[in-house]
Parts: sequence; structure tokens; C-alpha cells
Amino acid sequence: MKVGVFICHCGENIGRTVDCPKVAEAAGKLPGVVHSVDYKYMCSDPGQNLIKQAIKEKELDAVVVGSCSPHMHEKTFRKAVEGAGINPFLCEIANIREHCSWVHENKDEGTDKSIDLIRYAVEKVKRNEPLTTIRVPITKRAMVIGGGISGIQASLDIANAGYEVVLVEKEPSIGGHMSQLSETFPTLDCSQCILTPRMVEVYQHPKIKLMSFSEVEKVEGFIGNFKVTVRKKARFVDDEKCTGCGDCIQNCPIKKKALSEFDENLTTRTAIYVPFPQAVPNIPVIDSEICTYFKNGKCSMCVKVCGRGAIDFEQKDKLIEEEVGAIIVATGFKLYSIEKKPEDSPIKGYGEYGYGKYKDVIDGLQFERIASASGPTEGEFLRPSDNTVPKKIVFIQCVGSRDEAKGFSYCSKICCMYTAKHAMLYKHKVHDGEAYVFYMDIRAGGKMYEEFVRRAIEEDDVKYIRGRVSKIYEENGKYMVKGEDTIAGVPVTIDADMVVLATAMIPQPESKKLAQTIGIPYDSYGFFNEVHPKLRPVESSTGGVFLAGACQSPRDIPESVSMASAAASKALVLFGSDFLEREPIVAKVNENICAGCFYCKKVCPYNAIEIKEIPSKNGKPVRVVAYVNEGLCQGCGTCNATCPSKSVELTGYTDAQIFAEISAI
Amino acid sequence: MKIGYYPGCSLTGTAKEYDKSVRKTAEVLGIELIEIDDWNCCGATSAHITSHRLALSLSARNLLLASKQGLKEILAPCAACYSRLSLSAEELIKKPDAKKEIEELLGEEILEIPKIINLVQLYQRVGAEKMIEKKGTGNAKLKTACYYGCLLVRPSGLNSFDDSEEPQSMEKIVTICGAEPIDWNYKTECCGAAHSIARKDIVVDLSHKILTDAKTRKADIVITACPMCHTNLDMRQKDIKKKFDKHEKIPVLYLSEFVGLSMGLTKEELGIDLHFVPFESKTV
Repeated sequence: MKVGVFICHCGENIGRTVDCPKVAEAAGKLPGVVHSVDYKYMCSDPGQNLIKQAIKEKELDAVVVGSCSPHMHEKTFRKAVEGAGINPFLCEIANIREHCSWVHENKDEGTDKSIDLIRYAVEKVKRNEPLTTIRVPITKRAMVIGGGISGIQASLDIANAGYEVVLVEKEPSIGGHMSQLSETFPTLDCSQCILTPRMVEVYQHPKIKLMSFSEVEKVEGFIGNFKVTVRKKARFVDDEKCTGCGDCIQNCPIKKKALSEFDENLTTRTAIYVPFPQAVPNIPVIDSEICTYFKNGKCSMCVKVCGRGAIDFEQKDKLIEEEVGAIIVATGFKLYSIEKKPEDSPIKGYGEYGYGKYKDVIDGLQFERIASASGPTEGEFLRPSDNTVPKKIVFIQCVGSRDEAKGFSYCSKICCMYTAKHAMLYKHKVHDGEAYVFYMDIRAGGKMYEEFVRRAIEEDDVKYIRGRVSKIYEENGKYMVKGEDTIAGVPVTIDADMVVLATAMIPQPESKKLAQTIGIPYDSYGFFNEVHPKLRPVESSTGGVFLAGACQSPRDIPESVSMASAAASKALVLFGSDFLEREPIVAKVNENICAGCFYCKKVCPYNAIEIKEIPSKNGKPVRVVAYVNEGLCQGCGTCNATCPSKSVELTGYTDAQIFAEISAI
Repeated sequence: MKIGYYPGCSLTGTAKEYDKSVRKTAEVLGIELIEIDDWNCCGATSAHITSHRLALSLSARNLLLASKQGLKEILAPCAACYSRLSLSAEELIKKPDAKKEIEELLGEEILEIPKIINLVQLYQRVGAEKMIEKKGTGNAKLKTACYYGCLLVRPSGLNSFDDSEEPQSMEKIVTICGAEPIDWNYKTECCGAAHSIARKDIVVDLSHKILTDAKTRKADIVITACPMCHTNLDMRQKDIKKKFDKHEKIPVLYLSEFVGLSMGLTKEELGIDLHFVPFESKTV
């Protein structure tokens, strides 16, 4: 076998700490290597042509490229090799960038290590077999998890392109946080007014199957062929029969036992309820925790008043299986609640701000509800403790964000803008009111964003103070906000009537669990990870699973919508072909020696091992052996390591190949 | 239980009663305090604002002496000593170069750097059961403002035993002693500290604010675990009264005195009779 070796400098990335010509020279002396060169950018067109030319001129059978991680350019080089007539699986990448030049400083050592890495790749490629890609059919149907603005946008885009969508929302209604907002920056248009038509469109779309009050329980399968189990939680209301007339809600005698989630605990709600009047679907849910019927069976007022007989106390959770080809995760965010944390919590919290202790110290979403025309005060600025108009409001930014000592190190990104909006909305309604904002920096990057903040400062006279607040305490009926004005260099104390905290955006509390269910990576906070932060921002590293909105990192509405459309288009790209080509790196069973112990079946994380009967000449089954479903197999190699009789091998990574690699180091 | 003891300069002078009450309560709780032989200044205020190296080496010498005495843990009841000694210990652990330099100055290697704890931590360790068991007539229903001052729980991160902005550890001890801690706003505010002598005006203003808030929230007494704070809050009340006519006197006790009273020790045994503002307990 004639092997060609190609060493890339990657500009200075590799060249700085690896002597590439020396590596090429050393590689040229390895047994089996007939050609070895180095080049500044091997992934460029001339670089690829260098490989193609060499294959033809030197009649190479296999190629090793010493370059960046195979995650970056394995595809590029395999395609180049294929173009020159060699099976693409006879091209191996030796990672001399991430595994070598980037992590070492000493050039001599880096060079030696690179030579080692090339040597083992050469030993492997000499044992590579030509392989052909696997083709699997695609289910052209998508699931969107999360019915906030991101999920709504993604669902509509896919459905409008003509493909079916299953939209799963865990709350009783879709709409997400956007439905709670008053006005939206930087245009100050009413959030509900622009959102509710979209919600209705989702509900009425013939291609969208809406599953509200439902949660994803299990995800099986792989790109193009997912099988998702969804738990449809018991509403105790038959959604086929209910017309959404609301008689049950009006007559429910349990009025004040539960705080309204939609109003961020500022009001109460009944035991049978819809979260808000424009809810989609407009079908109530019974909160069995507080409903008298579930306590002692003594009330059934809703049953009596329902003209359709839609109340069903016996309703149980239902598990529903859906087959889809793509999944879009759009589970959004939660606001960090800054009440004093339990002692074992790694996050220290801000007990000194008195949130939870003082009624008029509220968070951003609570302020949205107060400012909203559909909120508890119908849009009038009244503070929660005594329903009077606050004449002085202090807004504090970065509560929990950008604070490694007490919160999270990241910037929540939207708070600078919504705080400016809050202060502006307040000043528009309370003309003699004073609004103060404590900030660290004003981060208003976005179209018309900076102009918006300037407007708040210049036209609406919002007073911005650069500095942090050390504590808030009550004195003579006022909330004393003690902070520092770092520009003037003086401590300041403001006697406020109300304080609004722009607390950090954090992932949904169940985000890590969901990520594990779907099998996608997440960061230390619980935000889902994209494959590439710049070039593949809406794809998770699991094929066929895409990300949209604030579940990936703090996002505002325009960004969430853009991400949602991007994720939808990624799903549509997938649906554009009938078959999916997959790498043939799958396990293969040697049926001649398989003893049929099925240890492999027990350990396979993808349920890819099946039982196959081997018939005798007369057609009667004589023995059973393991069989690998190539569609399900992900090539992890667990079966290979487990098999006691060594009858399973991973194609492309056989024991012989791996041992040859190891011996070469 | 045996533990190293670093009284520091205050506890041999202006805060004699603090020393007395710490030793007395420790005795009742069965804790043997072993004083570091030939200890020196911890490097507070004048040293650490003049030269970092001087402050570090002063503290390091105390740590060296303690480790030579085989002490693994040292109680430093003064908040400033506690802060200086623990910051220095941390620096010596984290910066081997600094440690080497200081050891050259001291002429000896510090083999094991002892852990520094304050009085709150010591009482926390003794545990609720023991405190209750030793509880005498108690300070029943005494409304108590627990004052931490600036140093006891700061900088955050170093003193992981309590939250630096909203501490609660003294409140827990006070509750065990049968008193009622109040919720107030000035528990971590500055009392004026070392300005006590040179800028009495600052101390009078700041201490007045602290005591007024405690009074407004119906506190009967203020307790502290810092000799500097005690000086400002107790001794300066006469000056506060001169400037703020409406000021009502409020007794300020050391945490150790308060705990001691709960155990049934007398005011004389604890040195409470040495305070400027007399403490007349209704219940003891």
C-alpha cells in the first residue's frame, strides 16, 4: 500500500509550535509512505489540489493529513481524496493542532509529538478498508419542544413549508414569557398584540399538532428517525368537549389559594383556570393540589355548570408516541429568583436586597405584569404593598449576572434594554415620578437599541448611576437603596418607593434533565450547547436536533425569532432529501463465531442490537446470533469492548487498526 | 478540646473584658486555650497600610510560632486580627514565592500553616446542644441586634462561614441562648473603626446611625465580636449623646459576654462591669 502524508501549517496555528517541514521529512521515511509534503493551508483549494495531484502522480492508495481536528476538516479532505478516485475512508486525519500545537509551547517537543501522531495515523490507514456510506430514510415531520416565541416561529416556518409539526408545550398555554410582557423594546409595540395572532395561527394551522400541558419523556432513534414519547398531563378537562366558555372558572369557589404563575405571583387564581384570557388552547386545567374535589370530593361546581360535560376528574396522564425526523429545542429561560438561598446552594443569592421580604422589591417580569394592560393593575403603576403610585423607582441591573462572587459570570444581555424600557414606560405614565437605574455598563448593541437607551436618558430624564447597590432596607416607609456612584466617586442612598431588580436569565430548572433525555450537550449553567459558536449556532452536536432561543443562551425576541427560523430551515434542509447518508462506522458481528450471549445487547445504549436466527439447510433455526441495526448503531464501540468472544468489530476501528496505532507510538 | 489562642493587642488593653469573657466561656465549655508564646502584632491598620510585606511578615511570625508549638488551629477573637491572620495564611498557601521571601526574613521555614478561626466559628463548633446544656438563667426574650461590622465576614470568599452581606451566624447563637435576634439594616455597616482617635467626628456619625437603627427596631442590646467596634459603639456613646441630643443609650456586649451570661456566669466574672454604658439585665 502506498501512503501519502500531507502536513498543514494552518498558517501559524500549527507552524508556530511544530516544525512542519521536519515532520513531513520524517513522515517520508515511515514504512509504506511514498510521498510526504507540507503546505501552508492544506484545506485551501491549492492545498486540496496538492493532495489530488499526488494521488494521481504517485498512484497513492491511502492518505494521511496532519492538520486540525477531524471535526473541522475530515469531510473536506475525504471529499478531496474521493475526487481523486480513492475511497474516502482511506483518508485519516492526524490532529496536530488541537492535540499538539495549541497545547504545547516547546517547538522541539511539539515536532516530536507530531511525528508520533503521524506515525500512528499511517499505521492505521494501512489497515483501513474501503467503506460505503449508509443510506437511511427520513421521516419528514418535526417536533418543536417549547411553545414560546421561538417554538411558535419554528413551528410556523416548518408547517408553512408543508411539513407536519408536533409542538409540545409543558404549560397549559403556548405563548411563553413573551405573552407576559407589556411593551417590547425598541419600538414599544404591545407584546400581546404582535404575539397572539401567531398563537392563533399555530392553533389553526392544519399542519401543526399542538400538545399543550405535555412534556417530552423519552427520545429514541437518530437523525431522520426519532421516536419521541410525550406525556400528555391530565388536565381533568376533556379538550374535545370543552368550548372554552369559562363558566367553570367563574363559578369555581376556590379563589385565593394559588398564586397566579402568569402574573408572577402578584395575583391569585382559581383551582380550575386558564393562565390568561388569550390562552391557546383556551381550555382550562384543574390544579389538583388545591381543588376541593381532589381533597375530599365535596365540591363539583365545575361539573354542574359545564354545559358540555367536559370535566373529567378521572382523567389520567397519557403517553403518546410521535415519530419525527427532526427536533427543535426551544425551551427558553427562567428568571433567577434571588431570595435567600438554602445554605447548601452554590449560588449565594442577594439576601441584602430584601427580595421576598419587602413586597415592593420586585423582579423584571413582575414589573412587566404591573406595566401590562392585562396585568393585575391594568397597566396602572401601583406598587404591590399598598396599591399607591410609587413616586421614586430604583432599577438595579446585573442582579446575578456578571457577578462571579454571588451569581453567574455571564451577561444576561436583555436587561440593559428592558430596564431602559421599564423606566421609560413608568415615566410616560407617572410624569412627576423619578426613575433611577444602577448599571455596570450599558450594553445596547442592536438595531436602534443605543438610540432607545439615549431616549430614556435624554427625553424621559431617567437618571443613570454607574455603580452597584450594596443593600436595600426599609426605613420610615421608604426603601433605602445604598449604592455607589463610581463616576462621581461618592456613596449614594436613594429613598425609593419601589425597587425593580433585573435578575439574571437562567435556563429552565429541568433543562439538564431534558438535555440528557434528548442526548444533547449543555454548559455548566444548563444552557444547551451549539456545535460551533460561530458557524453552526443553531445545531446541537446530535444530528437532527436544533436549538432556538434562550435555551441556548440569553436572547432577546428578535434574536430568538431569527434562531427559530434558522433552526426551522435546518430541519427543512434535512427534509429536502429522501435519504440520509450516514458514515458507515457501525458495529459488525462475525456470525460464525458469535456465541449468542447477548452481552452486547445489554450494554448497547442505542438499542441497536437485535436477535437473529441462523437456519440450518432445511430452514429450521439452529442457533441465534447478535445482529446490528445499522440505522440505530452510532458506532460507540461499547459492544466491541464487551464481547467475550471478540465477534463484534467496529467498522473502520477494528482491533487490528487500534493495536497497530498503539504499537506505533 | 485544645485550641491555639491569639489575643492580640486590644484584648490586653481596651478590650480586657473581651479576653476575660472569652477565656471564661471557653473554660465552661471545656475548651483549653493555649496562648501563642511571644506573639506579636498581627499587622493590622498601621502596618498593612504602610507596607504589605511588613504586615505579611508580622502575621507570618505568629503563624510560625504557632506551628512550632504544634497548634493546628488558632482562635483570634479580634475581628481585625482574624482578618489579618487569615488573609496572610491564605497568601502564604497560595503564593509559594511570597512564602519563601517571608521565610527568609524570619530565618525559618513555616512547616504547617495553622487555620484561623473567630469566636463565632468556635461557638458554632461547640454546637447547639452543648450551649443549651450550659445555659444558665439565660437572656430570655432580650431583643438583640447582632452587629458584625466590616471585617468579621469579609472579604467574601475568604470567610466562607457566613454570607458577607446578610450574615446570620450570630443570630443563631443568640437564639440558642434564649434571646430574640432582631432583623435590622446596619449589621455590616462601618462603625468608623480606627478613626476612633484621629477622626472622632466620623466615628460619632457612623456609630450613631448604627445604634439608632438598632434602637428603632426595638433592640435592648447590641452584641459584637470585635474590640474596635465595641470601643466605638460603647465608649463613644457619650460623644454621640453630646452631638445628637435625642440619642438613647443602649448597652453593647461582646458575644462572649452574652454567651457567658446565658451560662449563668456573673457580670463581674465576664467583665461587663467595665463597660461605659452599663448593662442592667432584666432577666439575669
